[in-house]
Amino acid sequence: MSWNTVIGLEVHSELNTKTKCFCGCKNEFGDKPNTNCCPVCTAMPGSLPVLNRDAVERAILMGLAVGCRINNYSVFERKNYFYPDLCKAYQISQLEYPLCVGGGLEIELEDGTKKFIRLDRIHLEEDAGKLIHSRNGTMIDYNRGGVPLIEIVSKPDMNSAEEAVAYLQKLRSTLLYVGVSDCKMQEGSIRFDVNISVNRDGEPLGTRTELKNLNSFRAVLRAIKYESARQIEELEAGRKVIQETRRWDDAKGKTYSMRTKEDSQDYRYFPDPDLIPLDVTEEYIESIRKKLPKLAPERKAEYQKMGLTEQDATLITSERAYADFFEAVLKYFNEPKFVCNWITAEVFKKLNALEEDDRKISVTPQDLAKMLELYKNGEINQAGARKIFDALWEGETDPVRLVETLGLKQLNDTGALKAVLEKIIADNPKAVAELKAGNEKTMAFFVGQAMRATQGKANPKLVNDLVRELIK
Amino acid sequence: MKYLDYSLTEIIEKLKGGEVTSVELVKECFERIKETADLNALNSTYEKEALARAKAIDETRGRGEDVGVLGGVPVVLKDNINYLGTRTTCASKFLENFISPYTATCAQKLHDAGAIVIAKANMDEFAMGSSNENSAFGPVKNPVDNTRVPGGSSGGSACTVKARQCFMSLGTDTGGSIREPSSFCGVVGIKPTYGRVSRYGVVAFASSLDQVGPLTRTVRDNALALSIIAGADPMDMTSSQTEVPNYLSDIDKGVKGLKIGMPSQFFTDKLSPSVRSSLDKAIEWYRENGAEIVPVELPSVDTALAVYYVISSAEAASNLARFDGVKYGVRAENYEDVVDLYFKSRTQGFGKEVKRRIMLGNYVLSSGYYDAFYRKAKRVQKVIRQEFLSALEKCDCLISPTTATPAFKLGEKANDHVAMYLTDIFTVPVNIAGVPALSLPCGVDEEGLPIGMQLIGKHFDEAMLYRVANAFELAHKEGK
Repeated sequence: MSWNTVIGLEVHSELNTKTKCFCGCKNEFGDKPNTNCCPVCTAMPGSLPVLNRDAVERAILMGLAVGCRINNYSVFERKNYFYPDLCKAYQISQLEYPLCVGGGLEIELEDGTKKFIRLDRIHLEEDAGKLIHSRNGTMIDYNRGGVPLIEIVSKPDMNSAEEAVAYLQKLRSTLLYVGVSDCKMQEGSIRFDVNISVNRDGEPLGTRTELKNLNSFRAVLRAIKYESARQIEELEAGRKVIQETRRWDDAKGKTYSMRTKEDSQDYRYFPDPDLIPLDVTEEYIESIRKKLPKLAPERKAEYQKMGLTEQDATLITSERAYADFFEAVLKYFNEPKFVCNWITAEVFKKLNALEEDDRKISVTPQDLAKMLELYKNGEINQAGARKIFDALWEGETDPVRLVETLGLKQLNDTGALKAVLEKIIADNPKAVAELKAGNEKTMAFFVGQAMRATQGKANPKLVNDLVRELIK
Repeated sequence: MKYLDYSLTEIIEKLKGGEVTSVELVKECFERIKETADLNALNSTYEKEALARAKAIDETRGRGEDVGVLGGVPVVLKDNINYLGTRTTCASKFLENFISPYTATCAQKLHDAGAIVIAKANMDEFAMGSSNENSAFGPVKNPVDNTRVPGGSSGGSACTVKARQCFMSLGTDTGGSIREPSSFCGVVGIKPTYGRVSRYGVVAFASSLDQVGPLTRTVRDNALALSIIAGADPMDMTSSQTEVPNYLSDIDKGVKGLKIGMPSQFFTDKLSPSVRSSLDKAIEWYRENGAEIVPVELPSVDTALAVYYVISSAEAASNLARFDGVKYGVRAENYEDVVDLYFKSRTQGFGKEVKRRIMLGNYVLSSGYYDAFYRKAKRVQKVIRQEFLSALEKCDCLISPTTATPAFKLGEKANDHVAMYLTDIFTVPVNIAGVPALSLPCGVDEEGLPIGMQLIGKHFDEAMLYRVANAFELAHKEGK
């Protein structure tokens, strides 16, 4: 009998509200330590939390985007435990009555199969501060303390590392579409915990372990593969899987036991008496639903209507940033297919060379539109277009000027090109014979020679036509 | 003592009329504080700062500018109320060195009305206690008889007002901590409706039960003080949006035609004869003056104390977890790691009663016990609350003794926790129900010890309590 792997994911995502979840301090990454702090988020005696409605709204917005039911009655509870980064010694979270329940996401695997991953809940809570370990001891930065987080808990519906990663990518993409989080893994604004167990076909679910410290999709992929193999090995050797939390060591490529269930904490959850239960009315939910931006499926359908293939439409809507950029370029240059081809080929090539968090399109829609227009109208050729695109990506602007300064204006002068080609034809009788004999590949040789002779400026289509005319 | 015998209301008029300056008042307060230092009512005093502020206020007044309703009046805050730059110790060793980095809303409101904070009052550690013997800085003594307790936990707040060290103070009340010491010391104290006064900046004991209230020597003073500190606060989500009425507008209307409910459960054979006879006389006075006394029932009220110890301890355990030695307060020396730091700091920093409540609170919240204790207590709380609402539907307010006996001797109940907890049987149910209640003096026993009666009102109907209390007080004024 073969082994099944069963995976559930808990994703923490920081919401990009202006202020923290329970006080008026700035929600900003990277500021000087302990500058975005007040009596509330440093747990000064007597301070009280006041709920940030914007955080509630963003959590509900995400819930609506993934088809959750929004609870009309929602309660904040205290999760009590001691840790220096948690200054109140309890985290304000939700247990019995989360904001959103149910819902789910459809994922698509490499081979095109689709699968629906159900969600258990989405709840709102606050982030803790950050410990900074240094030679002089451990220091605490409370800037992150009290930043609103949503925890998105899936059902154990995934059965492979690939499915888990596909789910995470889809979830991240959805968060970005909804615009409630910037999802930067390196800044910790999106974090993953994996619950994993293995069992044989037809047998009940196995004992699960929880994996922590997964900071990238690649880490998730590797950790799940490692852990599932480890569990199978344990069971095949006649040992047991212990219910425990395990830490992924990315450098060693292994998981290590952090704590077992026996020494797990009793969080003594109870409703926070400082925060009154939330009365989430249907009217309120509807008013939030109206703010829901167009998500990928809707945009994909629109783009297909513009003439994009399904594959292209899928690619360009894979992230909101791409779709937004695509639409922005169209505003200046309304050639959907042409624009899409450039983005999915050239822009994606640039982005894929970057780390996930750094994938930012560094050209303006106006400049790209202008460049593509020059290209389409034949004022520059593809090689010229690429050169301008590279320059734009490096921070240059104004494609029209770049055509001049880089000397990329396409040579469309029939007379001048004829003169160049006549010399090439005279110098290469063998190639002329081959072309005449019907070897079309030889045409590439002539185009190449013409480009060399014109420093890449020759209009390739014109070269093509002229060669045929001249050897007739 | 020239001015300290005057009431708050009277002294405000004298300040306004220029008969006395704020500087003179502050000076007199500090003379008196020094004379009565053995009462141990105060944890910190701010003579220099108070004099400077008094001088500034006198000058402002001298220019004919507005100085606020309480302009230049010396007041005292309980030592669990933050006031920027003052020590806020909660009478705990743990916070011995803690200086408030901000000001509580109630203190800010007093400040904005022109009051001068001259001192912080001693209390039971973290407001846990009924005798003020749980202070890390020693017990407060009853100013009427210094061999007796002043009550707690706002013992210092009651003592300082009775001993004429100031004109009013603020206390906090989670299960009787304003009313019981008011009763023992013979002053007027109110536990307002839950949500009436902002809790922002008041160090939490049990967040769902805590309320701030004033302690004064007259009912009218109290009404005035509450009108200043009451009201919605954007910093406290549990503060009520209900408008604050003018507590003085109906205060002199008398009791004719009012209905006063007498809950049979509060008139048991546990009352000391002196308390019983004082209450009987008070009730008789109300009847004679046109009020109708109606019998009411609070059948489940005897469960309130159990409910209180479950809920308040659970919340306290969580609220006091922040005192971990990491950020502020006293950090133990010679710790091995962070867990040891927590363990030693908390072991050394907290007193016995606080530790007892933390253990109890964590127990009732722990997995496997939550439903049997915390959840059940919250359910019973609803029943008690409903019983109060039903009883109050039949009348304008309820009357009861504040405590079953007058002030007991220092040390008398120190080792009998249950007897100590039982001191609060008449006050605790009020916090469980969230309704307002006021304690006012209604006589003395054969040894001259004050006896207090409690008036319990409908949600946000403090005005009725002041009206009913004021009528009695005016008729029974013996000098001042």
